[in-house]
Amino acid sequence: MTASPLDNLSAQTDELLATVAAFDSLEQLVEGEPFVTGKRSILSALQKSLGQLAPEDRKDAGALLQEARRRVEAAFDERRATLTSAARAQALEADRLDLGDVVVAQVRAPYTAGHPGIVAATQRQLEDVFIGMGFTVADGPEVESDWYNFEALNIPPAHPSRGMWDTFYVDLGEPETVVLRTHTSPTQIHLMEAAVQSGTLPIHSVMPGRCYRRDTPDARHLAAFHQIEGLVVDRGITFADLAGVIDTFTRAYFGADIQSRLRPAFFPFTEPSAEFEITCTLCRGEGCRTCSQTGWIELGGCGMLDPAVLEAVGIDGDEWSGFAFGFGIDRCAQMRHQIADMRALIENDVRFLRQFS
Amino acid sequence: MKIPLSWLREFVALPDSLSDLIATMDDLGLVVEGVEHVGEGLEDVIVARIDAIAAIVGADRVRLVTVDAGQGPLDIVCGATNFALGNHVPLAPVGAVLPGGFAIAERKMRGVTSNGMLCSSRELHLSDDHAGLMLLDEMITPVVGQKLTDALGIVADVVLDISIEGNRPDAWSIVGVARDLAARFGVALRLPEVTTPDAGVATSSTVRASLDAPELCGRLTVSLLENVIVGPSPAHLAQRLTMAGMRPISNVVDASNLVMLELGQPTHPYDADHVDGRTIGVRAARVGETLETLDGTVRPLAQPGRGLGDAGDDCVIVDGSDRVIGLAGVMGGASSEISDATTAVLLEAAYFDPMTIARTSKRHGLRSEASNRFERGVDPTLALYAVGRFVALLRESSPSVVWCAEPLDLHGTTPTPPTVTLREGDVERTLGVAIDGPEVKAILEALDFTVDGGTTLQVTPPARRLDVRAGAAGRADVIEEIARLYSYNRLPRRTPTWPQPGGLSERQKVRRRLRDALVDLGMSEAWTPSLVSEAEFDLLHPGVARVRITNPLASEESVLRTTLVTGLVQAWARNAERGLGDVVLGEIGTVFTHPDATTTSRQTRGGANGAVALTLPHENERATIVFGRADDSALTAVAFWQSVATRLGLVEVTVRSTAAPAGLHPTRAACLTTADGTVIGYVGEVDPQLVEGVANVPTRRLGVLDLDLDVVFRVVANASNDQRVSVPSRYPSASLDLAFVVPDHLHAGDLAATLRGSSELVESIELFDVYRGEHLPSGTRSLAYALRLGAADRTLSEAELAQLRSGLIATAAALGAAIRS
Repeated sequence: MTASPLDNLSAQTDELLATVAAFDSLEQLVEGEPFVTGKRSILSALQKSLGQLAPEDRKDAGALLQEARRRVEAAFDERRATLTSAARAQALEADRLDLGDVVVAQVRAPYTAGHPGIVAATQRQLEDVFIGMGFTVADGPEVESDWYNFEALNIPPAHPSRGMWDTFYVDLGEPETVVLRTHTSPTQIHLMEAAVQSGTLPIHSVMPGRCYRRDTPDARHLAAFHQIEGLVVDRGITFADLAGVIDTFTRAYFGADIQSRLRPAFFPFTEPSAEFEITCTLCRGEGCRTCSQTGWIELGGCGMLDPAVLEAVGIDGDEWSGFAFGFGIDRCAQMRHQIADMRALIENDVRFLRQFS
Repeated sequence: MKIPLSWLREFVALPDSLSDLIATMDDLGLVVEGVEHVGEGLEDVIVARIDAIAAIVGADRVRLVTVDAGQGPLDIVCGATNFALGNHVPLAPVGAVLPGGFAIAERKMRGVTSNGMLCSSRELHLSDDHAGLMLLDEMITPVVGQKLTDALGIVADVVLDISIEGNRPDAWSIVGVARDLAARFGVALRLPEVTTPDAGVATSSTVRASLDAPELCGRLTVSLLENVIVGPSPAHLAQRLTMAGMRPISNVVDASNLVMLELGQPTHPYDADHVDGRTIGVRAARVGETLETLDGTVRPLAQPGRGLGDAGDDCVIVDGSDRVIGLAGVMGGASSEISDATTAVLLEAAYFDPMTIARTSKRHGLRSEASNRFERGVDPTLALYAVGRFVALLRESSPSVVWCAEPLDLHGTTPTPPTVTLREGDVERTLGVAIDGPEVKAILEALDFTVDGGTTLQVTPPARRLDVRAGAAGRADVIEEIARLYSYNRLPRRTPTWPQPGGLSERQKVRRRLRDALVDLGMSEAWTPSLVSEAEFDLLHPGVARVRITNPLASEESVLRTTLVTGLVQAWARNAERGLGDVVLGEIGTVFTHPDATTTSRQTRGGANGAVALTLPHENERATIVFGRADDSALTAVAFWQSVATRLGLVEVTVRSTAAPAGLHPTRAACLTTADGTVIGYVGEVDPQLVEGVANVPTRRLGVLDLDLDVVFRVVANASNDQRVSVPSRYPSASLDLAFVVPDHLHAGDLAATLRGSSELVESIELFDVYRGEHLPSGTRSLAYALRLGAADRTLSEAELAQLRSGLIATAAALGAAIRS
């Protein structure tokens, strides 16, 4: 039997492992790489020498060599991770700064005023109009159960009307029981449940917040958006009150020459339901491309609380009645500031942000 | 739904003014979304024959075509190539004005003169076809020089595209729309002519029907039509279908589609000779059964779906061998399709349970015009009337059709229309206006509701009004119908007032103060995505439980964020890529923690009837600011924080170096701690590893301030509500500088607070210098404080000041801080 080129493989491997273990810095590691695992490594030389072997021996020898290479490379990677982490720790240590000792007078930065977000600022303007009309403001969570987002709002499981909302489902609980809220309406349910429990009806609230729909973003839609919703539950509330609130709000927010009108629509949680439209803010009702020459643009939905919703939250519909309405905050911002493409709102380009104050 | 006015006018008299009609339809909730004028502006277009085609020198996109339109040869330059010599095509001669206002004039190009335009179907607004010239030989036997409108039998029409709300399946048909309009205008509804079954041999002598799923199928009718001659529909019916947006196929299929559009009842024709045993059965699919649909997909049936309450019920059509040949109400199978050879037709007209159709359609991802109607609810009484209309339409092209006697008619479970009680005053209590009894009655009866009683009315909807519920909900449904026909815009408006005050909650007030402070101090407010990628999540929390979206639009946005820092760093990086990195970006928003990764998850209820206890992620509102200007660092962030703290009255909050939370620089981070040890946020720099991980630009130090607003709101509200303000002393105060050698473990703020609290004569204390260096023992640094000392009732004497100084030095010494000499 002739001598195999791999006779010394075990010792050679140990030597390489020792070399790897001796690397003390990332620089050494980089310099040493060709000699350990790279082209100039003994392993590469041995690889070439396999050709001398009889064909029947090559397979086993190749496997041995492969195993040796795997061990060396693993050791090398581990050493690199150790050294990287040590280098990071060292760099961080050199960078250490005790922020408890900061002398504020010495670092006082020259400030230039910033810019509020256009959505947040619009939301505040809207809130203020409603506060002036006697509404409180309520917040609610963004992850909701199907009960709050759908069922208590008279949208039963698997009902086709759920198709009105393109829903993001959250991977918790049974399938399709947890959602990113598709509208701010679940906050209505929370408010009514809480008021029933604490005996604090009536409710006059608006509920702004971020909502989500599984809708590919385009110039008019984003997958996340902001909505403001209004809810009134009181004695003797009628459709006339709803129409009056919509009208007062429209004129207060958009201007005295902007009118509102209602037309029949369907929402599972209100009955009677309506879409509300306002005079096109661009052409002031003359007719233009934005309003398809009609002079009107659709703003949102509204209606008298459906008896099924009152029942779901345990409110006596013979004593109390109410209405709800809702519309997009982003859309109001888009209309008022004539934002050509909604996607600018999430791109956070400072040239966009700086225009708004 | 597209509605040709000529079709609608057959059933109801319409006003002359189109804009009045559209306004009325909008007001009824039949919202007009588009108006299309068809067949107008074609008066000048005539039929021409292609007599010669020649190349034009120097032009390779157009050719010179010589045509004859009855007045000798005309040269036309034409870019289309889909025609040959002898073909007949539409010609718009010089002087013609095409639909859309395009005027045809003589044009010279490449040295030749073009005397008109040869037209595509789209150029004439007749269809969307723009693949080439409209080839008339395929449609008619053309006569050169004839007017195109005469040649094709085109009558000018208007097509309205209207959207029907989900609760109005009864209006989702030409007749349904006509019914609303007739009721509003107070005119008669003219229902279409229908035929009745012929006398003779009973259907049951050769045809079988079975209904084994009465819950899924409320009614199954099967009619046998014999002596059917399959062929094209007459031109006016084909045009009607085209205008309504459907493609003509054959007279039998077209009749089925026309009936569906006109009445709202889907029907399904089968070739009777290709249905085993001439049997149409309806039953629930069994587990293990499959159906190959027309698209070639083999679909397993009766498999429970993902959606809540979807048990997997599929209602199927079976033949005489009990073999599944179609998904009821959704899609038929290929084997029994109508062909040119069909002579006998089995016509199925049925009512299927809307929820079953909806779930089947969703589960299999199959939608059809029929399923869309069935899932909203088809009039359960309409089936045989619709077949009568089908036969009447079919006889226009196949006059000898026989509708065999006694069509099979099986009944399952259909909804019983409720009787709704309308008490005196109910209408006024909901609408805010009293509409008198006779008017209410007239409105409801015009919509075929049955109305009984005097002051209290008993109202029963017609079978087609599946939207009307029982009890209080039904009352609301009926009142909506009254309001709709009365007109929403005739209802009064009144702005309500109430004694309860409006306003913001404490939390909301603090949020506004905070936002104002942040903006005033330099933050530009961003809006970053709530959803991040798995990789971005792993940058900060490898291996930690995360809140995943089951059906994300893209993997880049599939996990709910746990921090605002990552998104803001990305926003900074995108600006930096454009050379605009000198910016302070911040956001106030919500972050989410998976229930398995927190002890404060939210308990709520969900599932059917809200009966299941659910654990939801913890939601935490945060305000995060990233400082990206050239020289920004942790120091900028600390200084910024101090100003914010001043604005919010959080003077007792101290900055303490701490183990950094994920995303912050491990050795340049501090927590913001109130006197009782509550952490309200962090300040420092962004972890350089994170910056490198998300930015494609050269990185720099990014300062960061990250506030937990759930805590801030509580602390600020407590601090500012009953804040005591003291009147400064009228006597002069003295200043005193003290420098101490302080061990590293003693916090500069703690020492200051202790000194300040050691005597009521200490008015204020402020750190003004920090020194580390060779002259100091290792593990210590020098801290120098400026103090103001004074009393409310006197000027402090030299002796008092000296005593006070010794006291302060002793207090510091007790903490391990030695006075520097």
